[in-house]
Amino acid sequence: MKALLIRDLTLAFRAGGGFGLALAFFLLVAVIVPLGVGPLTEILGRIAPGILWVGALLACLLSLDRMFALDYEDGSLDLLATSPMPMEGVVGVKALAHWLVTGLPLTALSPLLGLMLNLPGPGYPWLILSLLLGTPALSIIGAFGAALVVGVKRGGLLLSLLVLPLYLPTLIFGAEVVRRGALGLPVQTPLLLLAAITAGSLGLLPYAAAAAIRICLR
Amino acid sequence: MSLWEYANPARFMRLTERMLPVLGALAVLTVLMGVIWGFFFTPDDYKQGSTAKILYIHVPSATMAVSAWFMMLAGSLIWLVRRHHVSALAAKAAAPVGMVLTLIGLVTGAIWGQPMWGTWWAWDPRLTSFLILFLFYLGYIALWEAIEDPDTAADLTSVLCIVGSVFAVLSRYAVNFWNQGLHQGASLSLDEKENVSDVFWIPLVIAIVGFGLMFATLVLVRTRTEIRLRRASALMSRQRRA
Repeated sequence: MKALLIRDLTLAFRAGGGFGLALAFFLLVAVIVPLGVGPLTEILGRIAPGILWVGALLACLLSLDRMFALDYEDGSLDLLATSPMPMEGVVGVKALAHWLVTGLPLTALSPLLGLMLNLPGPGYPWLILSLLLGTPALSIIGAFGAALVVGVKRGGLLLSLLVLPLYLPTLIFGAEVVRRGALGLPVQTPLLLLAAITAGSLGLLPYAAAAAIRICLR
Repeated sequence: MSLWEYANPARFMRLTERMLPVLGALAVLTVLMGVIWGFFFTPDDYKQGSTAKILYIHVPSATMAVSAWFMMLAGSLIWLVRRHHVSALAAKAAAPVGMVLTLIGLVTGAIWGQPMWGTWWAWDPRLTSFLILFLFYLGYIALWEAIEDPDTAADLTSVLCIVGSVFAVLSRYAVNFWNQGLHQGASLSLDEKENVSDVFWIPLVIAIVGFGLMFATLVLVRTRTEIRLRRASALMSRQRRA
């Protein structure tokens, strides 16, 4: 498992692996939105929680299609399937690697972008906490979507269509945490619900994703 | 006699061939009865006037749009557990019907909302969750279309349908949390005292039953088409091999 994780991380960091791509995309979203809606700070401050969460979500989506597809094409997914490690574990490790190269850096970068979008002061700890709690769910849900389209040639667009509706509850609660935090309102309810979604997805979706991969490899 | 006998496609075809004319006639009759009764033989609403009459299309199609997804869920589960092809094909056949019903619910809602709420669209929980349901239908149909091998497609769409159901229900409650609604609450429940008056209730129930029968008819016709398609492609591949 460790070897697989290290392999995936190395592949991601080497040239063309897509590390940094998600970060650059996240940055781009934060640059594009003020250009689109105008530089008024109070408007930007109000929409900042939503923009940051939508940006993080789209950035996560960007690198999903290569999660299993490359391994499927060169046959290493077949090798992994015949290895003693259960497919659920493979999915979990892949999702973890995806999170380490997208979710975690996104979370680290988010306060800076919050600053650029004039997010009110009390919102920052909640922004970091909600992204830290929510992005693992994005990775594992994305792994499920990627597993569904693993056998489809050029499934990238289809993947977004499948995964985005599944992302909606996470987005709603995540952005709500930041919005309430920024206004100084109590955040406990959405935060707990967000944590519940993450815990539920992490617990159940590896089985669904592994089932989908087994079907594709049959 | 067990229900599972009709999992045999040949038996299914024979049964539905006999059933369809009756079912179709009943569906046309009840839909027409419910809608015409609702449109012409009910008093105008005291506040909304005759705009409220779109109710007799809006509510039945919305009800059936949700029911269709549950039917697909049942079909997917039966396919995964018992591997009956008819079940998977019925789920596939139901998806476009459900999607169109969702669209009808959204469009009639918009037409109704314009004079009543003063807006075509509001980010109300019910409206939003219906839009999300529409996206789920789109994804499900797209996945069926994308995969060539029919058994793989049936398996994967079934898994998607199960996971999607969980997330669709989750979204339904998440959007409640996210925004307060303009849409009225339930007024057809069997367990509540405050319901819509009988004058409106009876034609509405007839219309809902009619839409249900119409849905069943359409799904059966489409399932028969799918079975014939499957048969045709099997024959063609046999011919190619010979």
